[in-house]
Amino acid sequence: MTLAPRLPLFLASALLAVSAFGAGPDAPVTLDIKDRGFVPQELPLPAGVKVELVIRNQDALPAEFESYDLSREIVVPAHGQVKVYIGPLDPGRYRFFNDFYQSAEGWVVVAATAK
Amino acid sequence: MLATLVVVFREAIEAALIIAIVMGASRGIPNRGRWVLAGIALGIAGAGLVALFADALSNAFSGSGQPLFDAGVLLAAVGMLAWHNIWMSSHGRAMAAEVRELGQAVQGGSRPLAALMVICLVAIMREGSEVVLFLWAITTGGGDLWGMLAGGFVGLACGVLLGVFIYRGLLKIPMRYFFTVTSWLVLLIAAGLAAQAASFLNQAGLLPALGNSLWDSSRLLDQGSLAGQMLHVLVGYTARPSGIQLLFYGLTLVAIFVPMQLMAQRHHRHGRRHKH
Repeated sequence: MTLAPRLPLFLASALLAVSAFGAGPDAPVTLDIKDRGFVPQELPLPAGVKVELVIRNQDALPAEFESYDLSREIVVPAHGQVKVYIGPLDPGRYRFFNDFYQSAEGWVVVAATAK
Repeated sequence: MLATLVVVFREAIEAALIIAIVMGASRGIPNRGRWVLAGIALGIAGAGLVALFADALSNAFSGSGQPLFDAGVLLAAVGMLAWHNIWMSSHGRAMAAEVRELGQAVQGGSRPLAALMVICLVAIMREGSEVVLFLWAITTGGGDLWGMLAGGFVGLACGVLLGVFIYRGLLKIPMRYFFTVTSWLVLLIAAGLAAQAASFLNQAGLLPALGNSLWDSSRLLDQGSLAGQMLHVLVGYTARPSGIQLLFYGLTLVAIFVPMQLMAQRHHRHGRRHKH
């Protein structure tokens, strides 16, 4: 039901995902936490689509992915993984950090799409 | 250890602000201290449980268990704040009169004591579970245990002190305006918590964002700053709010304010009829 009005958007994102990564249409994007920092530190995401982000914690310590820019906040248990949905985002840079180790930060980078 | 002190203080003030304000808002309700203490004790136990079962919680609902749990707990708190405020809108005037004249409390009616308990429980559990996980991350990360404990203790003490300071400040408000001020504070806190719940439901993919940054006031007031964080608790300040957050904020304001007005009017009419 909720998919219908989003169908064009969904198809566009699917096309983008396929062309960009050669993966399936709804392949989630992955962000790793390693040594309390983020890998990659700059995470490119497409503009204008909702993205499923899987955050995997490789450490034996809990971490908290938090972002004021994205209004996101989620604890990632030691060696655990969690899922958050992000967007649709406008082009720009969005800062996130590890609330349990605040010097570790990273950015979601959304490039302006040429349509 | 300064880092621990700062983090524990920041989590503690969020809970302390909410508890100080509901303590003020429930002034004159008999036995409220006992219920607030019970809420705090249950909150501490709950914080430990949430931290302990963080793994299971995260894995639930294919990785969305945590935001769903957060949203549920926040909405429960919003419901309790609503109940408290609507009840106070019909009893506040009588209570203000009695507190002023006798320094005593009104009796009777189904007082929202359980609401007080749940609000304190939720406030402590949410912030407390993060503190527990944070401390765990620090100690297992090879941090200095005693420094951490000292930092945690000082941070907690500072948070509690700030709460006491705010409560004392509230009590200085003249009785005539007292419950008007506290019910507005409770109303704004409830709206802010509802907006947070909306953000968690959006995070879990259940609600659309309806626009991601309706505005960006992070240069004006950084949400990570102390003032930004306190305003986040008090009025739900968000530097880059989404449409769904704003929608929940507005709907909650209306959904609590309108019954408050209706109850106050009904009570007023009833009181006048009684006199004649």
